[in-house]
Amino acid sequence: MKYLSEYRNLEATKSYLNLIEKIITKPWNIMEICGGQTHGLVKNGILELLPEKVRMIHGPGCPVCVTPLNLIDKAIELLENDVIVCSFGDMIRVPGSKKSLMEAKARGGDLRILYSPLEAVKIAKNNPNKEVVFFAVGFETTAPANALSVLHAQKEKIKNYSILVSHVLVPPAMEAILDDEFSNINAFLGAGHVCAIMGLQEYYPLAEKYKIPIIITGFEPLDLVQGIYLAVEQLEKGIYNVENQYARVVKEEGNKAALKVIHQVFEIGDREWRGIGEIPLSGYRLKKEFKDFDAELKFGISNIVVPENSDCIAGDILKGIKKPFECSQFGNNCTPFKPLGAPMVSSEGACAAYYHFSNNLISS
Amino acid sequence: MDLSELGFDTINLGHGSGGLMTRELLDKIIFKTFSNPFLDQKHDGAILKIENEIAISTDSFVISPIFFKGGNIGELAVNGTVNDVAMCGAIPKYLSLAFIVEEGLKMEEFVEIVNSIKIAADKSGVQIVTGDTKVVERGNGDKIFINTTGFGEVHPKANISTANIRVGDKIILNGLIAQHGMAIMSQREGLEFESTIVSDTTNLNFLTNKLLDKFGNKVHLFRDPTRGGVASVLSEIANDINNGIIIFEDKLPLDKQVAAACEILGLDPLYVANEGVFIAIVDAEVADEVVILMNNDENGKNAICIGEITEAHPDKVVMQSNIGGKRIVTPLIGEQLPRIC
Repeated sequence: MKYLSEYRNLEATKSYLNLIEKIITKPWNIMEICGGQTHGLVKNGILELLPEKVRMIHGPGCPVCVTPLNLIDKAIELLENDVIVCSFGDMIRVPGSKKSLMEAKARGGDLRILYSPLEAVKIAKNNPNKEVVFFAVGFETTAPANALSVLHAQKEKIKNYSILVSHVLVPPAMEAILDDEFSNINAFLGAGHVCAIMGLQEYYPLAEKYKIPIIITGFEPLDLVQGIYLAVEQLEKGIYNVENQYARVVKEEGNKAALKVIHQVFEIGDREWRGIGEIPLSGYRLKKEFKDFDAELKFGISNIVVPENSDCIAGDILKGIKKPFECSQFGNNCTPFKPLGAPMVSSEGACAAYYHFSNNLISS
Repeated sequence: MDLSELGFDTINLGHGSGGLMTRELLDKIIFKTFSNPFLDQKHDGAILKIENEIAISTDSFVISPIFFKGGNIGELAVNGTVNDVAMCGAIPKYLSLAFIVEEGLKMEEFVEIVNSIKIAADKSGVQIVTGDTKVVERGNGDKIFINTTGFGEVHPKANISTANIRVGDKIILNGLIAQHGMAIMSQREGLEFESTIVSDTTNLNFLTNKLLDKFGNKVHLFRDPTRGGVASVLSEIANDINNGIIIFEDKLPLDKQVAAACEILGLDPLYVANEGVFIAIVDAEVADEVVILMNNDENGKNAICIGEITEAHPDKVVMQSNIGGKRIVTPLIGEQLPRIC
């Protein structure tokens, strides 16, 4: 697999691990923003290969983890009212206040797992007598395809298609984390694929304001190790720049075509984050001219409000303030079989990652 | 077979009534295809004679789509159960065959499935000795479900049990993993992608038999990693033996296309289903010879040793990644779900 195997190379990865060891003089807390990076770190066993002084903190970039509880309840409400709900795969096991989408499906709901929202438009076209809703979650990465699905439906005059939007943005979350008094992050590995869409512009003011290095990083072992090296290098030198490790994919200006589609359909608004609460101007919502495609308005479900489970400390986990094993529920009342909160569900979630990978083996 | 002879182009509730329509279907399709002395008695069951210890295994097949690249549900229903019997260290002899058909299934599809069952049964040397056909109303099934139960004679040299597994034993895979699961994924609604990946469904009984002939009780375990993939089966074994298992990522036999499809869909090939793959855990002293024997068999061309049993980390499967890191390989919890990004 060209462009993958090179980045899984043993020797190259080792040479960067050695370089980190060579230059590091004190402990640093580095947060990888994206769940895909968390997954890459654990899947490849990188955490145990890193020098002890590098402390990786798993960030909030797991779309499943930050989608608020009430959105899941809203999707379930639709499923129970004869609406075909289409969703990305790992969303369906996340517990709502009473049940998950998967349980609602078992009780008769028509739930479809898709890889692309454009498939949902096709389903709407093929089922003109049914309402079809796509559960549009995710960061900037999934926004272009979700926006495109709305444009397709509009162009083809498909009236029975709408989206349940819960789009969140990375930079406001980074700010929220840095503003938290308990936060102790020294550097970020920026989310490579988010930046592939958005470009680097938004990150310069952040690096400047908080005096923090931000390394836009990819997902393969070599990417991750190189990203960590670049972060440590800046930290040791006492500088704070935005650096692009993932230049083979991320361009300074981002993906112009994708940005155009996003800006055509979405506008920035306040957004609730699961476990963190509302962050101002931290997500996308549909523009007024697309309100016919807004499932919340169409089905009058915007009033569904549910409190978070008070036993779940997902917020502190997502901000990197607490490690999963510092939670009293971890591993007993909360496991991947019966998750209390979203970080235990997704393979990208910090709690699930710790449950699966980080036990006596890793520490020994 | 001339389908017009049957008078119906789809299966309907009448075919499961137990009356004349059922009899017609049985006579013209089932008995005609599978004719043998046991089945021809047309009794409620079959009376069989088996000299030695017997191994029995049952399995239900509910796959969608029922026709897929590299096979269909009928072939799978034979190979799946034949392989389960073979994994017990036995030589499969007889199969029962039960259909649950959803009304509306096209008769030509039913006949095609029956014919595939016949071909697969002949290929693996088993006879269909008893069976059943039920029809359910439309909406109460998914075209066709098949249950088969296999009976086999335990190989005289076999001593297959997790209790025989020792530290240092080698773990050998006979072939490429994740082929079946990815072939099915490539044809699922909403996921279709162009590929030439085909299911690896096949019968493994002749290869396991050869291994037992030659290596006898040096073969400690056979297991076929179907649903849940290699990861889930190895996790179960580690749990049973109170020792650990170490495997090496760079040894996993993986077709390039399958690897690429897994990357695109965000799936881990270790958890993807297989149909023509088995794990042999063998005494280290015969491991190299086992691989050579497999390599000379059509179902073992890609056979390779992927790891071994270790005292370290009891109950756990650990994989050493390509870059030298280690991670725990956990069993599959629910369905393997594609990640968002």
